[in-house]
Amino acid sequence: MTAHALEAAGLTLAYDKRVISTDLSVHVPAGSFTAIIGPNACGKSTLLRALSRLLAPRAGTVLLDGRDIAERGAKELARELGLLPQTSLAPDGIRVADLVARGRFPHQRVFDRWSPDDEAAVLRAMSATDVLDLSGRLVDELSGGQRQRVWVAMALAQETATLLLDEPTTFLDIAHQIEVLELFRRINLEDGRTLVAVLHDLNQAARYASHIIAMKDGRVVAAGAPTDVITPEVVQDVFSVPCRVIEDPEAHTPLVIPLVRR
Amino acid sequence: MSVDLGRPVAVWRPRPRTSLRVDRRAVAVGLVLLAIVCVLAVVSLAYGTYQLSLGEVVGALTGNGDRRAHTLVVEWRLPRLLFAIGCGIALALAGSIFQSLTRNPLGSPDVIGLDAGSYAGAVIVTLVIGSTAYTDIALGSLVGGLLTAALVYVLAYRRGAQGFRLIIVGIAVAAMLSSFNAYVMMREDPQTAMIVAAWGAGSLASLGYSQLVPFSIALVALLPLAALLARPLAQLELGDDAARSQGVHAERVRLGATILGVAFASLVSAAAGPIAFVALVAPQIAHRLARTAGPSPVVSALTGAALLVSADVVAQHLAVATGLVTVTLGGLYFIWLLIREYRRS
Repeated sequence: MTAHALEAAGLTLAYDKRVISTDLSVHVPAGSFTAIIGPNACGKSTLLRALSRLLAPRAGTVLLDGRDIAERGAKELARELGLLPQTSLAPDGIRVADLVARGRFPHQRVFDRWSPDDEAAVLRAMSATDVLDLSGRLVDELSGGQRQRVWVAMALAQETATLLLDEPTTFLDIAHQIEVLELFRRINLEDGRTLVAVLHDLNQAARYASHIIAMKDGRVVAAGAPTDVITPEVVQDVFSVPCRVIEDPEAHTPLVIPLVRR
Repeated sequence: MSVDLGRPVAVWRPRPRTSLRVDRRAVAVGLVLLAIVCVLAVVSLAYGTYQLSLGEVVGALTGNGDRRAHTLVVEWRLPRLLFAIGCGIALALAGSIFQSLTRNPLGSPDVIGLDAGSYAGAVIVTLVIGSTAYTDIALGSLVGGLLTAALVYVLAYRRGAQGFRLIIVGIAVAAMLSSFNAYVMMREDPQTAMIVAAWGAGSLASLGYSQLVPFSIALVALLPLAALLARPLAQLELGDDAARSQGVHAERVRLGATILGVAFASLVSAAAGPIAFVALVAPQIAHRLARTAGPSPVVSALTGAALLVSADVVAQHLAVATGLVTVTLGGLYFIWLLIREYRRS
């Protein structure tokens, strides 16, 4: 896959009358694993919705590979830009393979049926997420971690060069968090996909992402490599948490240690 | 290597680049339902006040029967049978569309007030405007259904119309419309009111070819639209965000599907009056029989046809309106659903 950069310039984002961001500009480097961090309600998810065209900006543009996403056909864009929403709903009685196959929608025309390309993409997505063994199971019967892997598989089956992930690790225990983050790293490095994920855990962001965007009150406070963004000053500014930042002895990435408050 | 779907699937490759995956269970269920419809069709053509033998029925259908058999089978019983099949298909598709849209097994046009709206439209056309022409009533019931759908949608709207709100609002609107219908009928002279009330019970008895022709044309015209919307609609069941990020025009599909669902339901209301519960039950039965993900349109349509033809056979036998039989069946279904939910929790 050829990796694409994602560029937002001068965005004004609002829900009805509530303005979340004004003149927001972000740059997602091609082929990066970009993490968006920031406190609750800072506009992270809103930004992700704008990047994925779920939310039309009041002003400004989002460019994917230099082309305005607002001017692209819906299905055409969906072949290049995918999203794993925070919550998705599994249709009643659907089985794993059928759900993953739903990710092929943008590649199929109205009366097209199943092609070998579809089959191959679904197989690749399911083996990457290690859900092949579950393929005949009912999605309703799966554990939280398994289910999240199935949703990721559906997003992967869409075979987009750019994939946006809205809080993909929320509701997962630590083992499953690591599992999906390792998976994202793999598809970022091996498939060369550009990934953008909203993450809550700073240390996980620092360990897995290659590029971090820190947000507060709808603005970008800092952006760049983890070592440049995850600093005591930025963490204090963004989260109001006094901390030390040391080197993670395992991954040699920044590790945030909040100070003991007395 | 191919993906295990947890159920038998037959793959048919008409061309090297395309293959059709057919769920064997769904096909088997479909064929059984088709056989049931055929058997019931013969039964409904043969039985009645004057009973005919199988040979006489076949003779009449192929044009070799005597005059009496021809009149009974071709002129009287066949249009009613074809109406039962067509209405069954239309209702099942309407139910399947609305259950898919609301993501709720209760989200069917009769529950969310569309039947009451169609009925109100027909009542206004018949009693207030004073026309009993089929096309006028059909148009009135279509407009009534659409206006009700719009009203329910607007009342339930809060950042997108959510399934459960839609159902609750729909039930409320249905109740209000029923009292409106009762009010309009009370003002009329008893004879006219009786005609409308009989129509309101949902009956296939008085229908002939003059209604069957426009009904069939409209039904056949709507079917390709249903096929066109089936996949985006199924995709919408994943939630708006997921569907939209896969290139589904969510609001456009929802609007199109709503209009289509209302059209299917109104088509039936206009011809036969409101026939309740087929739309509610058929997609759910189909879903359980075929074990497909969500309501499957084709199996639902066949289930609807089988249900309504059997209800009509019973109705004919007991000499009551078809709608009364389906309401009874629907009541039993609700009891079963409640017991099942009770056991679950």
